[in-house]
Amino acid sequence: MTTMQTSMPARVVHTDTRPLWERLRTNRNWLALWFMLPTAAFLILFLAYPLGLGVWMSFTDERIGRTGVFIGLENYDWLWHDSIFWLSVFNTLLYTIIASAIKFAIGLYLALLLNRHMPFKAMIRAIVLVPFIVPTVLSAIAFWWIYDSQFSIVSWSLIKLGLIDHNINFLGDPNMARASVIFANIWRGVPFVAITLLAGLQTVSPSLYEAATLDGATDWQRFRYITYPLLTPIIAVVMTFSVLFTFTDFQLVWALTRGGPVNATHLMATLSYQRGILSGRLGEGAAIATAMIPFLLAAIAISWFGMQRRKWQQGSDND
Amino acid sequence: MTETAAQAKTAVQAASALVKNDESEGMSYLESLPRRLVTLYLPLFIILVVLLFPFYWMGLTAIKPDEQLIDMETYNPFWVIHPTLKHITKLLFETEYPRWLWNTMYVAACATTLSIIASVLSAYAIVRLRFKGGEAVGVLIFFAYLVPPSILFIPLASVIQAYGLFDSPLSLILVYPTLLIPFSTWLLMGYFKTIPFELEECALIDGASRWQILTRIVIPLAIPGLISAFIFSFTLCWNEFIYALTFLQSTPNKTVPVAIVNEFVDGDIYKWGSLMAGALVGSLPLVILYAFFVEHYVSAMTGAVKE
Repeated sequence: MTTMQTSMPARVVHTDTRPLWERLRTNRNWLALWFMLPTAAFLILFLAYPLGLGVWMSFTDERIGRTGVFIGLENYDWLWHDSIFWLSVFNTLLYTIIASAIKFAIGLYLALLLNRHMPFKAMIRAIVLVPFIVPTVLSAIAFWWIYDSQFSIVSWSLIKLGLIDHNINFLGDPNMARASVIFANIWRGVPFVAITLLAGLQTVSPSLYEAATLDGATDWQRFRYITYPLLTPIIAVVMTFSVLFTFTDFQLVWALTRGGPVNATHLMATLSYQRGILSGRLGEGAAIATAMIPFLLAAIAISWFGMQRRKWQQGSDND
Repeated sequence: MTETAAQAKTAVQAASALVKNDESEGMSYLESLPRRLVTLYLPLFIILVVLLFPFYWMGLTAIKPDEQLIDMETYNPFWVIHPTLKHITKLLFETEYPRWLWNTMYVAACATTLSIIASVLSAYAIVRLRFKGGEAVGVLIFFAYLVPPSILFIPLASVIQAYGLFDSPLSLILVYPTLLIPFSTWLLMGYFKTIPFELEECALIDGASRWQILTRIVIPLAIPGLISAFIFSFTLCWNEFIYALTFLQSTPNKTVPVAIVNEFVDGDIYKWGSLMAGALVGSLPLVILYAFFVEHYVSAMTGAVKE
């Protein structure tokens, strides 16, 4: 009671008489404003503003060196009738779906392997992550050499094994080029999926597996009814990131094929760079980039609702 | 039923074995060695070989003399007979490679430092100051993490042009934090939440200001988190490509990834030696850094995902 009485008047005094500077220095909301200022400045100036500007630019005919005027949906209309744009949409979807699905399958398998007891466990886990550490462009250069049309080590080995009789034209044939680029993407993405899923696996209590084994559960049943349900939330997050990064990939394709042969590996990002920066038609490039936004939102929404549904199911299961 | 009984019997036997040999092996003793070979070591070995082969190939090509590179009949391509440092010395002394390496490091270090300072402040504000709308700000920052550079580079190029920063490393130093801040803020929020707030209350009662609490209590306790955020951000900067490709024009200003893609590709059949040497030298600093901080790196990667 006494504390109430002493603190109540103190608060009134606090808000009324302290000088402005004192209030700015100690009031929680004002203080938070100062703390948030650097982050807000960076994110508004170089992220939120360009995001809005990009959408606006897609409605103009801006080119490098001159500002554009508003032309409505003309860029989009142009793209709608452009077969190369639709080819790039198809390539991007193909690339994202196949690469993400395989990354998930191999990544989960690798995570399950790494979660088992073995000698040099820590070192093997550390080595697995190396492809993720090395800059994508630099490992893409190594793949470029592996995929060389004349001196490819893969072709050489297969010829020596007697499986084929001439060099494979990895990056020259449209479908081969798609497969090669997708393989390089999977190679780079598997370690990320595996290590993050491994972190999720380590939170699963071993006693659950022991109990299930005592009850006679098979390996598959233990995976299906223990590992998979407990891992679903982290799978949803990891795969959302994986899909987003694959969908917006630029550097791997640019370093390997620059969109060739005959646009067979052009993703929306590489096409947008080619049209927007190299050809200088900023407006059209921005329109291609803006066209990626609905796909991204759809991917985020699917994983978001997937997670919500899972939460709800788990909530009802627990009762 | 019999199966269950058999399982139970093995488990009991194994449990007694476990008492003798108490290691954190879990249930792995239930498996025989041949079975482990087929289900664990063999697939793991294959995956590791595929994951590491490009690096072996990169390193091998970087030290191969030119004639062995293209003559795959007289020399076994999987090995090198008289290794040479020619490609690497050529790279370091006859090209602008050291300059590109320096640019990359300089940009990465500055952008990372800026981002960490901003992230510490914002993460602390969101977690501990509990200001009005704090949670909404946290969610907004998370969404900023989901905005990819591929949809921002065109408008950003025009913003950079307008600010007069085109072809300057400063443009990258200012733009990279947009990739790093959202990630490190979320990572540090996780770390700050684990610091008991009683410590801060004590300090407040002793008359410390918020700034003193941050610098004398919270930051020293969050050092592991700061290292994780720093290493991961540094790697992201080093790896970044599309902004560097768009904003930098003149050869001496380029970063390693951009320079390798654009400057070494000259149609020469012997380009591979120097290309691979460039890729190798450009990757090594990160791999060494990673080797020293594996734990921090992994906790950064998984921490940001778990949040």
